Parts: sequence; C-alpha cells; structure tokens
Amino acid sequence: MTDDQTLKGRRNALKCMAYGGAGTLFALAGGVLTPVDLAVAADTKNAATAFGKPLFVQLSDTHIGFAKDANPDVNGTLTSAIELINGMSQQPALIIHTGDITHLSTPEQFDLAGQMFSRLRATELHTTPGEHDVADATVSEYFSRFGKASANKGYYSFDHSGVHFVSLINVLSFKAGALATLGAEQLAWVTADLKARSSSTPIVIFAHMPLWTIYEPWGWGTGDADQLLQQLRRFGSVTVLNGHIHQIVQKVEGNMTFHTARSTAYPQPAAGTAAGPGPLKVPTEQLAGMLGITSVSVVKHPRSLALSDATL
Amino acid sequence: MIRKINRSLPAALSVVALMLVSAAAPAAPPETARIAIKDFMFAPMELTTHVGAVVTWVNQDDEPHTIVSATGLFRSGALDTDMSYTFTFDKPGTYRVFCSIHPQMTATIIVE
Repeated sequence: MTDDQTLKGRRNALKCMAYGGAGTLFALAGGVLTPVDLAVAADTKNAATAFGKPLFVQLSDTHIGFAKDANPDVNGTLTSAIELINGMSQQPALIIHTGDITHLSTPEQFDLAGQMFSRLRATELHTTPGEHDVADATVSEYFSRFGKASANKGYYSFDHSGVHFVSLINVLSFKAGALATLGAEQLAWVTADLKARSSSTPIVIFAHMPLWTIYEPWGWGTGDADQLLQQLRRFGSVTVLNGHIHQIVQKVEGNMTFHTARSTAYPQPAAGTAAGPGPLKVPTEQLAGMLGITSVSVVKHPRSLALSDATL
Repeated sequence: MIRKINRSLPAALSVVALMLVSAAAPAAPPETARIAIKDFMFAPMELTTHVGAVVTWVNQDDEPHTIVSATGLFRSGALDTDMSYTFTFDKPGTYRVFCSIHPQMTATIIVE
C-alpha cells in the first residue's frame, strides 16, 4: 500500500470515528440488525438503505445541564447530533434514548431536553432513564414526562417492523456497594413478555446501564442480568443496547450483540484508568494527536473530534 | 486538717457555681461533622458522632453525587460540584449511606 493509500484509508477511518459521538444507526436487513456509524449512514454517498432499512438511531447520555470543562456546550453537541439525524436521506422510524437525558434531574434540564428532542424529524422517541434522570429527591421529574409508556414502572415493550423492543430500567434498584439490578418484579415481567414471542422474532433490549458486567468496581454492569440473558439465548437475533459508560464497547455472544453507545455530551475514561468514571477532560491539542493512534483515543471528546475532522 | 478543709471549701463551692452557670446558659451548639466527597469516595468513610449531630456532605467532584440512606431514612437530590446536603441524626444507631449514582460509594455513620 502506498503512503497515499494508507493516508486515505486512515482519513476515512478517522472520519467515521470522529462522528461516532453523534449516534448509531441500526439497520435491519434480513432480520439482523447491523450497527452503522451515523455519520456514514448520513453521508449521501453511503445511502442508509445500502445497509438495510433504517430502523432507529440510538442517542445516549445527552446530560443536558452539564457545563464543565469536558464539554461546556452539551446543547451544541446534541444539536449537531440532531442535525445529523435530520439530515439522513431516509429517516429512521424511531429514536431510542438510552438514558442520562439530563445531568441533575431538574425540571429545567428536562424541559430543555424535551424542546431539543422536539426538533427531531423522526417523532417516535423511546426512552429509558439513567441514574442522572432519577437523582431528584422525589424521583418524579423523569416519570412525569416520560413515564406514560411504562405506566410509571420504567419498563415496557413494543413492536415495530416485526422487531420486538423491550425497554428496561436498571437505575432504581440499588443496594449500597453493589451493582444495580433489574429486580424480581421486572424480571418476572420480562420473562412473561419474552415467552410470548417466537424465537425468530428479532429482539432489541435497551437499558441505561450495561446488561453485562464490563467493570464492576465502577458499577458498569447489572447484578441480576444473567437471569434475563438466559432467556434470550433461544432467539435468533438479539441486540442489547446500553449507554452509561460514554464509550463504545461491543461484544458478540452467540446470536446476541451487546453494544454500549457513546455520549453526545462528554467522554469518560476507559475502565479502571482513573479514580472514577467522571467526565474526562481532554485538551484539544492532545486530542488531535490521539485521534490518529487508536480507536480508544478517538472516543475522548465528540465536540473536539468534530473540529479535528475539519482539519483532516 | 482544719486548714486543709478551709482551703478546699472555696474550691468545692466554685465547682457548684460553675455547674449552676452551665445549667443556666443556653444549650451548647449541636455537634457538627463534615464529610467530603472526593474522587468518588466519602471522606471519612466511617464517622462516629453523637445523638443530635448535624452532618454535612460536600461534593468536591466534577461529577454529581447523592446521599442516600440504605434504609430509606433520607435521600438528597443530585449534588453538583460544591453543593452540600445536611442531615441531623436524632437517634443512636449505625447508618449506612451510599450514592445512588455510584452505589459503589458507601459510608457508615455511627451515632452514639
């Protein structure tokens, strides 16, 4: 390969990664969901239809209200993500938000987020709360706005285009010092819900915290998720979507694909590389240098990544 | 002997007087304690105090935290950087608290 070819391939790879903070499109082809980077899908040269039917876009961890150094303009980065989605030639049927809509669960932050989401051309928005959305003392702000779909329980299911979607909540059932859980009541409900589906039905399960243990010391997992995963093994196509960790981690296990989404707000350190899973400040000049090295470093800062892309 | 008694008498009287003064004075301010939240940890992680103690948690992280009693006795809202939450412990006991955003963060308050 010539230097020029190497550079070109590298530029394209960087371009894909650079926009990764915006969201991920899941295309449906033959009952199998394929995650496609949103920027690639939105690019007219890569018509989204080439990947299958654009079914939904996953947005995550918008953290409206966050204004610290890691990203002082989370409204701006969410707006960019919304513009990217709205610019897709074929609109996705659904938008799925996998939680941490707001940073501090205040009414103002929820209202602002709602106003921004209302600008999406795709109007069917499904949500599951993150722990930042249920951090108000009364745990009521999220449910008063988004609780209707689940009758305020936080978990519900629906069907679209032959795909069965299950929205779960794993940010309320906490015990001190332990991983979050789904809880017995929700597990009983999802067991009954899945029992009614044929094994050939494509299943999409989404919740905020990872439904597989990525890093227990930081709470990146769900303590009783195994009881759920056992029931999913008989299905031919299962996609498990989570947010929370502000970086892409993927795993394929049999017919199950696990995918955690990037945040539109700010990056977090890779598991175990900092005192805790807080916002990761990345100097812009350092970021540009990190972009070209590994895929881990490109997840650091969506806002600056967009700037880096302009120089490419 | 007599001299000795005479000498100790004023001292004994002054002790009584001191007790009377302290009883008449307004109640002493309640005991206070401060627990910092830094680097996803409570500091101190264990605090021993007394009935009536006013405990204040202050978040020094860039990340919000909450103070939640493991038994559901109290629950703060989200505390952003430099925000604080205060709870008064009226009864003796061992109280376990954690952060509902990062439940790996735990602390124990022992009220005697």
